[in-house]
Amino acid sequence: MAIDDNQRSREAVLARVREALGRHGPDDEPRAAAHAYLAARKQGPRPTLPADLVQRFLQRAADMSSTTTRVEGIEQAPAAIARYLDHPHARAVCWPEIAALDWRGAGFDVDVRPASGDDAIGITGCFCAIAETGTLVFASGTDSPPATFLLPETHIAIVRADQIVAGMEEAFARQRAERDALPRAVNLVSGPSRTGDIEQTIVLGAHGPRRVHIVLVAAR
Amino acid sequence: MYFKERAHAKLHDAQLQASLARFQGKFVPARKTAITELDDFEGTRDAAAEIRQRALDDLDVWLTIFDENARARGATVLYAQTPAEINALVLEIAQRHGVRKIIKSKSMVSEESGLDHAIEAAGMTVVETDLGEYILQINNYEPPSHIIGPALHKSREEVSALFEARHGTPRKDAIDELCLEARGVLRTHYLTADMGISGGNFFVAETGSVVLVTNEGNATLTTTLPKVHVAISGIEKVVPTLEDVATLMRLLPRSATGQSISNYVDILTGVKDRGEFHGVEHMYFIVVDSGRSAVLGSDVRQALRCIRCGACMNHCPVYQNVGGHAYGWVYPGPIGIVLTPMYVGLDNALDLPYASTMCNQCGVVCPVKIPLPDLQRKLREKEFERDLRSWHERVGLKAWGWLARRPALYGVATRVGVRMLRTLGDRNGMIRRLPFGSGWTDERDMPAPAGRTFREQYKARKAASHPDALAVSVQGKPSASEAREGSRKETLG
Repeated sequence: MAIDDNQRSREAVLARVREALGRHGPDDEPRAAAHAYLAARKQGPRPTLPADLVQRFLQRAADMSSTTTRVEGIEQAPAAIARYLDHPHARAVCWPEIAALDWRGAGFDVDVRPASGDDAIGITGCFCAIAETGTLVFASGTDSPPATFLLPETHIAIVRADQIVAGMEEAFARQRAERDALPRAVNLVSGPSRTGDIEQTIVLGAHGPRRVHIVLVAAR
Repeated sequence: MYFKERAHAKLHDAQLQASLARFQGKFVPARKTAITELDDFEGTRDAAAEIRQRALDDLDVWLTIFDENARARGATVLYAQTPAEINALVLEIAQRHGVRKIIKSKSMVSEESGLDHAIEAAGMTVVETDLGEYILQINNYEPPSHIIGPALHKSREEVSALFEARHGTPRKDAIDELCLEARGVLRTHYLTADMGISGGNFFVAETGSVVLVTNEGNATLTTTLPKVHVAISGIEKVVPTLEDVATLMRLLPRSATGQSISNYVDILTGVKDRGEFHGVEHMYFIVVDSGRSAVLGSDVRQALRCIRCGACMNHCPVYQNVGGHAYGWVYPGPIGIVLTPMYVGLDNALDLPYASTMCNQCGVVCPVKIPLPDLQRKLREKEFERDLRSWHERVGLKAWGWLARRPALYGVATRVGVRMLRTLGDRNGMIRRLPFGSGWTDERDMPAPAGRTFREQYKARKAASHPDALAVSVQGKPSASEAREGSRKETLG
């Protein structure tokens, strides 16, 4: 079978690459150089960002067609979300980390489970958020199921100000600092799902959310 | 049929020309604005070119590091030497996991191998999820015409008629209604598919991950909901670090569509945690050679830096006028005319290295600084060396070469030549018909030479006691004497 026999293809491909590079003999030297490069974590030129990363994040998120609102404390998030939804009997699914908030007091119900294809509203936190591009960063896991920000038509993300980092580089650094290895999926999401495939006309909600609403929590 | 014949037909295809006219106003200005957001755009381009070249210079080492790290995370890394091997591997994976329905996000490499046909021939269902690819799939697998907007050549009316016929729904004319209809159809497939196939924008060596970039989020859904994920991409797509991905991602979306960032960027590593509800249980990489190692060993190896943004075709005057289908294979535009002959054989793509005006718009916009016109010229040289050009071109070039090595004779011949050409000019100094040169003058006029060769003018000017005149005019700025001569057209003979 092709899969079990694939070692032969692997060796043939690598041999052809070595031949093309004119590499004969051991690769200890380039391998050491490669590991030195990995350890150096060299960055490319970075665009200058304003000092107020929160403001920059909100502005770029809006540029990417997300809507945003600010609240002072996390306990105000349910009411802010109720105002955004503007629907008396809304029902949402949410991540466990925000399940304890007083959703019923804000006038709607939440189920604490990953979204299915039938859920209209998904409420999540995030791993961090990127000021440079207005991007939400999600790290997959038991308590952070991606389906909740992918399947519902409306996705609402609660972002704490201290979760906002400058660029992708800082998001990756945070991953490395907080865990040994990358989770199965790191999803960087900037605004609603969109397509321009018919006559280059932009339409939101191609497959995933049609609306992305960000609730920024000022303090912890 | 070669490029020349196809291009001729496309120039007279009114429907296509209308789509191309619509296409021109969007990506090019959007990119121009988006790159101004980077303080050091040129420095970022240099860094990106360096990242890609570093990966290629030690490709064996980076592939090995990628492979080790991907395996350590529970992925299976497979290699395909040929397009046929890609298909065989995919079918075997599907069989192993009892797969009946496959969803697919865009993969140009799978276009190289005709993977969808192989899947269907094996009795399984495959559904393309990128909206453009889906439109083409339900139109009897019409080939893509652009690497990031595969259906940009189609009008909304064509899509309306297609959806009505294939979905059996009432005809919809508005673009947002068409997208909504496709969303509904594809959503069902996402939720019921057993396996997802994606391409791979980058393979990250340090983490053993694949990076997928989309605006629709279709790659995210394709790799989140089914239990099996197969990522297929070329050996050249490896990059060392996540920092390198960050740098490349400042350029890819800006160069492609003029966006600061694509809506979904997924970095996928290994299989799901025990407690995760969704997420793949089996992760396979298919790392494809299929001609790439031969490119790596050739003098057009810089083409492998390509990150498939499409900027070269968006800016190409040839692509803008004939569209992607004229190029006849998976990769159109300036990068295609280098890659296609290398992948399918120069003998099978004789016209392609000539599908360029050598204007270097492609080289100027390429985010990884591939010197595309140089590579096109190298392929032209190869065709000449291997006697693949027509007899009159070979004889003509050889005659010119013989003449050019005899300066005195060359001087006489060109003096006679430009004077003869001058007599062919009309009242406005334009040549409308050229004997034996109708290929040029059928579509455009040529300014007639002013009557003196470059060397004659050089001599005259040197004698006219302007010691600095030549130095200045060679650098492209008009010298004092040229300015005095006004706008009179002259020719280099």
